[in-house]
Amino acid sequence: MKIILYIIRKEFKQIFRNKGMLPIIFILPVLQLVILSNAATYEIKNISFGYVDADNSSISRGLIERFEASTYFNVTEKFSSQKEASSAMQEGRVDVYLSIPTHFERDLQKNKRNDIGVFIDAIDGSAAGVINVYATQIIQNYNKHIATDLIQVSDSVQQLSSIDSIPLFWYNETLNYKTFMVPGILVLLVTMITLFLSGMNIVREKEIGTLEQINVTPIKKHQFIIGKLFPFWVLGMGLLTIGLILAKVIFNVPMLGNLLLLYGYTSVYILVILGMGLFISNFTDTQQQAMFIAWFFIVIFILMSGLFTPIESMPKWAQILTEFNPIKYFVEIIRMVMLKGSGFTDIFPLAIKTLAYAIVMNGLAVWSYKKTS
Amino acid sequence: MKRFVGFVRKEFYHIFRDRRSLFILFGMPIAQILLFGFAITNEINNVDIAILDQANDVTSKEIINKIASSKHFSIVDIIQQESSIESIFKKGKVKAVLQFENNFGSNLIKEKQATVQILTDATDPNMANTINNYITSILKNYQQELNNTVSVDYQIVPQSRMVYNAELKSVYMFVPGVMTVILMLVSAMMTSISITREKEQGTMEILLVSPLKPFQVIVGKVFPYIFLSVINAVVIVLLSIFIFNVPVKGSLFLLGFESILFIITSLALGILISTISATQQTAMMISLMGLMLPTILLSGFIFPISSMPMPLQVISNIIPAKWFIIIVKGIMLKGVGIGFILKETLILFAMTLVFMGISVKKYKIRLE
Amino acid sequence: MMKAQNVIEVENLSKLFGDFAAVNQICFHVKAGEIFGFLGANGAGKTTAMKMLIGISSPSSGKATVAGFDVYKQTESIKKNIGYMSQKFALYDDLTVKENITFFGGIYGLSKKKIDQKRCELVEELGLQEVTNSLVASLPLGWKQKLAFSVSLLHEPKIVFLDEPTGGVDPITRRQFWELIYKAAHNGTTIFVTTHYMDEAEYCDRVSIMVNGKIEALDTPKKLKEQYKTDTMNDVFLKLARG
Repeated sequence: MKIILYIIRKEFKQIFRNKGMLPIIFILPVLQLVILSNAATYEIKNISFGYVDADNSSISRGLIERFEASTYFNVTEKFSSQKEASSAMQEGRVDVYLSIPTHFERDLQKNKRNDIGVFIDAIDGSAAGVINVYATQIIQNYNKHIATDLIQVSDSVQQLSSIDSIPLFWYNETLNYKTFMVPGILVLLVTMITLFLSGMNIVREKEIGTLEQINVTPIKKHQFIIGKLFPFWVLGMGLLTIGLILAKVIFNVPMLGNLLLLYGYTSVYILVILGMGLFISNFTDTQQQAMFIAWFFIVIFILMSGLFTPIESMPKWAQILTEFNPIKYFVEIIRMVMLKGSGFTDIFPLAIKTLAYAIVMNGLAVWSYKKTS
Repeated sequence: MKRFVGFVRKEFYHIFRDRRSLFILFGMPIAQILLFGFAITNEINNVDIAILDQANDVTSKEIINKIASSKHFSIVDIIQQESSIESIFKKGKVKAVLQFENNFGSNLIKEKQATVQILTDATDPNMANTINNYITSILKNYQQELNNTVSVDYQIVPQSRMVYNAELKSVYMFVPGVMTVILMLVSAMMTSISITREKEQGTMEILLVSPLKPFQVIVGKVFPYIFLSVINAVVIVLLSIFIFNVPVKGSLFLLGFESILFIITSLALGILISTISATQQTAMMISLMGLMLPTILLSGFIFPISSMPMPLQVISNIIPAKWFIIIVKGIMLKGVGIGFILKETLILFAMTLVFMGISVKKYKIRLE
Repeated sequence: MMKAQNVIEVENLSKLFGDFAAVNQICFHVKAGEIFGFLGANGAGKTTAMKMLIGISSPSSGKATVAGFDVYKQTESIKKNIGYMSQKFALYDDLTVKENITFFGGIYGLSKKKIDQKRCELVEELGLQEVTNSLVASLPLGWKQKLAFSVSLLHEPKIVFLDEPTGGVDPITRRQFWELIYKAAHNGTTIFVTTHYMDEAEYCDRVSIMVNGKIEALDTPKKLKEQYKTDTMNDVFLKLARG
């Protein structure tokens, strides 16, 4: 056991003496957590809105005023023709434009209904869907307004049924995206740092030749590995702590659940990541190769973690793949514990899978580390 | 000139002999495009929800059936009391609970008004909002059917036209993004590693005192990666076209030109990173830790920039990826010509010059 | 004089990489307390052979024992009894002299007291008092080599393996290094050293010369020079290499 301590001491000394890396390990994640958490939002705001009004009647103007009054839309331009509007959309100057045809009011009064063109830049499909919902809502509200105020109210209007839906948002009444994203981004940062550092570390010793020197000593595999990985485990937990403090202090992310539970889970999670780093380093000869492989997996893990797009929406085969994505578990659990106050029994299924993952991963890694080749 | 060619050849050998790195360099983009094209989507499908039907009448059951048959939702639980809601949310079993009030059906018939509560787990606000929107529209449709027998006065009917992407396919959004992220990260990382490796091994000094000018050394080091990245870009575009049917409405030639420009910008960034890194490790960490998340999050790849707070919108302007995504989306999905993306092109060009300028200055300082 | 026993015995040892035999059925033995020079040109197979003897590479065929332990099955026991100085000197550049000594002493399981004692002796002997707290990166090459050698002896092993220990330094420093080797040998440590400097062969008790994976010569320097009718080991080697 004492031998392990010698290795741990050496590792810590080397980490803290590396002046170039220290800001990257500590300051960069903190900066990113603080800045980037503000970026992640699916709310659609500041929609740039233009229109073509070939009618210029009180009804068409009234409708446009509704859009101007809306906080979602920024009415930026009036176009003189559809062609002009379309060109503006090509340039990216408007996200959506309304096309009101000539004789609009007249035809509406005659036929009791009329069509209006809503052209939405749909490259971002989901944003387009949201814009559509907002625009439609404004138009439908305007419909009621015309029916009740401007035009003679007919009795039949009173016989309309309506189903009211009342949305109740649990755990996050204000639909604050930061509450959602901050824990997620924290998970990403902790994972990236521990994976990259642990993966590169052993390969570096291979590259400079000290690993060979170590392999000639009678040190046992497990002593060496534990000694090497432990400092990064500490780093990971440290980063988690800093991140949680920032989450609370700067973003006011709630901490409803048990902090100890979170730490307990994280300590197992980091083992999975460290095991991966070690495993990768056993099969690579240069730091560059190790980094590439680590990067390959990290990008896939990040984008398939459920952090940015829902896992339920993925095809079945992809959902099965995510079972092997450790980040998915951590993201889920940190949110459950912090934002919902979930307890041990609630997270048990996910936690047990993570534990199994840790055992298998580290087992593989230790087994594939050979002192004699 | 001959020396230069020889130098570039050596760089090529280095790269092509490293099988593992090569495998990742080419395999990664392919794997990612395939994954993201098929797996990543913003739409919601099969979201698990639960029902608390306190009415239990014909009407509520009709509505529940409609929801059950929607591809967006999957009803996994029927609960009997309000007290059960907390625990299924905590366990993460469902994302929403629909609560029909007592006497839902009779309220609707007699008083013309009834209520459904849509309780969502808003720890994921986006999901909550989307669920809310979808359920509400199902309810509104049902309401519309009820009201169809009654004539409604004066309706303006919005005819929505989804421009550039009629089927609202997620892949249209993601392909430009993935292409950008990969080109940026690979180019910046590869270059910075390659240069710092020479520094670490001490061979950089040798190169600098050789007859090759410093400028030639840098260009020589970087040249093979232009070549590699272009291959990557081509593969990505081909996959997008043939497997995902993403259109290329604009000029392929223009796309190629802009891609090369962006690759050079990224390489220049890599060079800049190498001037501030003493070791490979530092260069790699800066390229990955420093570039990855900002490129994914601030470039408009997933999250719309216009929705971000002002300071971040400003910061996003210095991320080269942001401008390139606009260019790629413009050419591929909108079919624009150079005129429409002139501003973005010039910005990339300027960034390249700035990165190169700073790097050259830093090298000169070192040499003195 | 007591009969010296063999601390290293090698019989038809081979290492194959695919079809290529880097080490091709070599046979030799090394007596206790000897300075044994394992010579050969670059690429002759010396390092590959050494790696098998120190237990980090598994042989393809043949037999060998080091300090009485088998190189196939008892590598960990071998490692307890040997010291090693790799070609790249393998000290940690970003640790100080003192920290390197403490680290390697600790890895070999020496007690704190023993480590302190050994450290003082080592620093004294090499004259490193001024630099004990300096990073190894700042030391001149010759000092690094001597330090690496001394570190390999910290745990007082029976045999120490040196892989090209004197690369890249001036003749005077090389001479000083060999004085350290003599001292260790005098204390009973067996020295197994590979080198491609043929003049260093003169300093050894016996030498073997490897050419293309095989041992083409094995004897004392004096006898080899007689056999090949040359004045220097360098010329012996040239004659052998030419075939």
